[in-house]
Amino acid sequence: MFPNNLFENPDRLNRLIDIAQSSFLPLVKGALLYSVTIALVSFAIGLIIAVFTALARISGIRPLVIIARIYVSIIRGTPLLVQLFIIFFGLPSIGVRLDPIAAAIIGFSLSVGAYSSEVIRAAILSIPKGQWEAAYSIGMTYMQALKRVILPQATRVSIPPLSNSFISLVKDTSLAAAITVPEMFRKAQEIVASTYEPMLLYIEAALIYWVICFLLSILQDRIEIRLDRYI
Amino acid sequence: MIQVRDLHKQFQSLHVLKGISLSVEKGKVVVIIGPSGSGKTTLLRCLNALEIPTSGSVQIGDVKLDFSQKPDRSRIPLLRRQTGMVFQSYNLFPHMTALQNVMEGPVTVKKEDPRKAQSKASAVLAKVGLGDKLDHYPAQLSGGQQQRVGIARALAMDPQVMLFDEPTSALDPELVGDVLKVMKELAQEGMTMVVVTHEMSFARDVADEVIFMDQGVIVEQGPPEQVFRQPREERTRQFLQHLQGRDTP
Repeated sequence: MFPNNLFENPDRLNRLIDIAQSSFLPLVKGALLYSVTIALVSFAIGLIIAVFTALARISGIRPLVIIARIYVSIIRGTPLLVQLFIIFFGLPSIGVRLDPIAAAIIGFSLSVGAYSSEVIRAAILSIPKGQWEAAYSIGMTYMQALKRVILPQATRVSIPPLSNSFISLVKDTSLAAAITVPEMFRKAQEIVASTYEPMLLYIEAALIYWVICFLLSILQDRIEIRLDRYI
Repeated sequence: MIQVRDLHKQFQSLHVLKGISLSVEKGKVVVIIGPSGSGKTTLLRCLNALEIPTSGSVQIGDVKLDFSQKPDRSRIPLLRRQTGMVFQSYNLFPHMTALQNVMEGPVTVKKEDPRKAQSKASAVLAKVGLGDKLDHYPAQLSGGQQQRVGIARALAMDPQVMLFDEPTSALDPELVGDVLKVMKELAQEGMTMVVVTHEMSFARDVADEVIFMDQGVIVEQGPPEQVFRQPREERTRQFLQHLQGRDTP
């Protein structure tokens, strides 16, 4: 009567253990090869976009300020999943055909660039005016002051919020499943399709995400302690 | 060494400097005194273009900027290279050690060889009495020590002129002496200095000339004994009396 009940059907339990074991490696591989790698690459590119966007916002040069604001507004005002669909499924209709991974990296980089630009802008503005003046007083140019004096201090201020962004990004890479990137969540979906065990596979995937994010938060603590040494 | 001609500074409707002219010869120490809001700090900050004057001209050494026309912004760093500035709140770079603070200008701005800059920076720090604090971060130093690092950082650029903006105002009284001592030594070595301060004893002992400013103009200027003992202007007399009243209650 209850052939599917775990506790009355030892075969079913064995089958679940089997699937859990055999799916573990493919999932971890999908996580490391795609989820984490795409997150790292997108975050690096995104931070560069973010610094320039923040500087454009602060510059006070009207056209730059307007461009930066429009960019941030569009990215923040539309869902990431929709952006990914536009890049991967939409662009081919105007002749731009992208590999799924490239499409994912472009989408995630633009997203990180927009959100993190606000963090970096706030961090730069939080550095006291006296630091700029001290840098100028020893003859530095704007770029020298920024690079040697302001950004190193702004980095310290922005580590906690940027760590948040990175951890969110690692989880957001699961959206790339929808544009056929073979990352962990996509892998889980494929295994579900052949085994019909959604509960097991999705919980397994969730656990792997959680472990990765847990390790990342430990890394964040380490970085903060290292940067705290002069405060 | 310093030539200031008819300098005006306006912040919107607020007229902070109303036509300041001033010249300082090489090796002289000029102390600017005056009530708060008199424009003395603004004047000092105009000398190295941290504040851009509304009109008038500033010449330091052979770098002259005329602000009456649209100033050539690319020459502002040149003017700043002629001057060293010491701030009321030190403004040390908190992410660098004392040594790194002092080396930063020579290495980044003057592109000096880091090893040479390091030995020079150590020497300058030793000169201000901090030879044993090279590897301390600002947060690990007292206010007086931080301010002396600030002086060393400015000196390391070999400025023609040193500008001091109330260098001891943020310090505990017992730490003021160390900083003033370093400033006196500098003056004795023939450094050209412009000092905004409330330390009347420093003005009396070290200044070649005292300038009393009020409401954006120079009210009176002259050697310290004249300005302090026989001020010509009623406004100067009131200010000095007020200070004495405060110092000896």
